[in-house]
Amino acid sequence: MIVGSHLTKRYPGGYEAIKDLGFEIAGGDMVFISGHSGAGKTTLLKLMGAIERPTSGSLIVNGQNLTAMRRAALPYLRRNLGLIFQDQKLLFDRSALDNVLLPLEIIGLHPREAQRRARAALDKVGLLEREKANPIALSGGEQQRLAIARAVVNRPTILLADEPTANLDPESARQVLDLFVAFNQVRVTVIIATHAPHGIPGRQPRLITLDHGRLAP
Amino acid sequence: MNTWLRQHLAAFRRALRRLWAAPLNTLLSLLVIGIAMTLPAAGYVLLDNIKALGKSASGVQQISLFLEAGANRDLVRSTQDRLDAAVPGQWRFVPREEALDRLKSSEGMAEIVASLPRNPLPDAFIVEPRDGSPEALETLRETVAAWPGVAHVQLDSAWIKRFDAFLKLGRLAVSLLAAVFAVGLTAVTFNTIRLQVLAQADEIQVARLIGATDAFIRRPFYYSGALQGALGGLAAGLLISLGLSALEEPVSRLATLYGSSFTLHGLPPLQLALLASVGAALGWLGAQLSVSLAIRQMD
Repeated sequence: MIVGSHLTKRYPGGYEAIKDLGFEIAGGDMVFISGHSGAGKTTLLKLMGAIERPTSGSLIVNGQNLTAMRRAALPYLRRNLGLIFQDQKLLFDRSALDNVLLPLEIIGLHPREAQRRARAALDKVGLLEREKANPIALSGGEQQRLAIARAVVNRPTILLADEPTANLDPESARQVLDLFVAFNQVRVTVIIATHAPHGIPGRQPRLITLDHGRLAP
Repeated sequence: MNTWLRQHLAAFRRALRRLWAAPLNTLLSLLVIGIAMTLPAAGYVLLDNIKALGKSASGVQQISLFLEAGANRDLVRSTQDRLDAAVPGQWRFVPREEALDRLKSSEGMAEIVASLPRNPLPDAFIVEPRDGSPEALETLRETVAAWPGVAHVQLDSAWIKRFDAFLKLGRLAVSLLAAVFAVGLTAVTFNTIRLQVLAQADEIQVARLIGATDAFIRRPFYYSGALQGALGGLAAGLLISLGLSALEEPVSRLATLYGSSFTLHGLPPLQLALLASVGAALGWLGAQLSVSLAIRQMD
C-alpha cells in the first residue's frame, strides 16, 4: 500500500514538481499515472521508488514513511520495489543473464539459487534463449522486457515503471503491458507513469492524472 | 556459507576480474607501487645486512675480562660459575699460557717473549653476550668489573656506540623514506581506484537504484586497492631479491678479501609477508578515501 499526504517535492532553485499531493494506492492495484510533460509523473514515481526524497508531507510505502527514513535504510526498501526506467538502465558490459543476476548478488543469494531465479525471470519475459546475449544486441522491446525481468527477479511487492512503452512499437508495447498485467494478476502492485495510458482489454486500471504537480480535477 | 562471507567472496572475485580486465594498467600500477615500496624496503634490508656485518666483525660486542696476575684455579672456576649465571650468551676462557703462545706467534714478538723472565699475561675470558646493545654491554662491563679477582675489563664501547648511532640514524632515515613512500602509495591507489569508480559509474548508479548498499558498492574497490598494494609489496620483494642476487657474489668476494665469511641476506618470508600486508593496508586506505569521495560526489 502506498499513501501520500500533503506530499511536496521542491528541487533546488525552488521549482515545485509535486505540490501538496494526497493519494492512496491499495496493494494489488494497477495504476496509470498520467499527465502532460512536466506534470510531475516521473518525480512522483521517483518519490515512490525512494530515488528522490520528499521536501515535505508524508509518503508511506510498504508501511515505511520515506520522508523520515534514514539514508542507510533506503537500499533495503528498494529491494522490495521493482524499478523499470524508460531508458532501461541496463549494463552493456555483461550478458542479459548477468543483468538479471545483479539484484540477487546484491542481496547475497547463493549463486546456484540466484541462477535458477534469474533464468526463471528471463523465461517469464520470454528471453531465456537470449540469456547469453549482450543487451546491446537485443531489440528495444527485448531490452524493456529484460529490464522487467531484472525488476521482478527479487519478487517485489510493487513494480514502478516510468514510460516503459514510450520508445516501443505497438507490438512490443503490447507484450510489455501484458507482462505488467500478468504480474498484477499475482497481486503485485503495478504503477506505470505514462503520458498516454493504454487500454487494456478486460481491465479497468485506475488512473491518477497530474497537472503541474497536483491531482487534476 | 553465510551471506556476509558470500558477498565478500563475490566482491573479491569482482576485484580480481577488474584487475584482469585491464592488464596493462594493472601491470603499470603494480610496477609503480612495487618501486615505491622497494626503496624503503631495500634500505631496511641494507641496514639489516650492515648490522649483521657489524656483529660478525671481530672484537665487536665482545668484553675481555682479565683476572689478577697469579689467579688460582678456584678464582677461575668461581668466575666461570658467575659468567654462567649472569651472562646470557657465550664466553671462552683464555689461559695465560695460551695467550703467551698467541703473542709468540705474532710477527716479531717471539724473541721479545723469549727474553721475558716469566709469563706476564693474566688468565682472561672473552665474553660475547646475546644482548649486544651498547647499554647492555656497558651494564655488563660494570657488573663484571666488580667481581672479586677481576683486574681489568675491556670493552670498545666508543666503537659500538658509534656503530649503534649510525644504525639508529639509518633506521630513522628509512622510516622517513617509508612514510613518504606510504603517502605516495596511498595516492597512487587513490587515483587508480578513482579511475575504476569513474569507469564503473553506470554500474554503481544502477546497483544503487536496485537496492545496493554503500558497503556492497565499496567492497570490490577496497579489495582492488588491497590486492594492488599486496601485489606491489610482492613485486618490491622480487625487485629486492633480484638486486641482492646480483650483489651477492661481489660482496662475498670482497668480504673474503677482508677475512670475513659475511654474505648478504634478503627478506625472509615473514618480512616479505609483512611487506605485502603493509602494501595491502595502504592500498585499502587509498581505496577507502577514493571511494568515499567518489560516492559523496555521486549523491
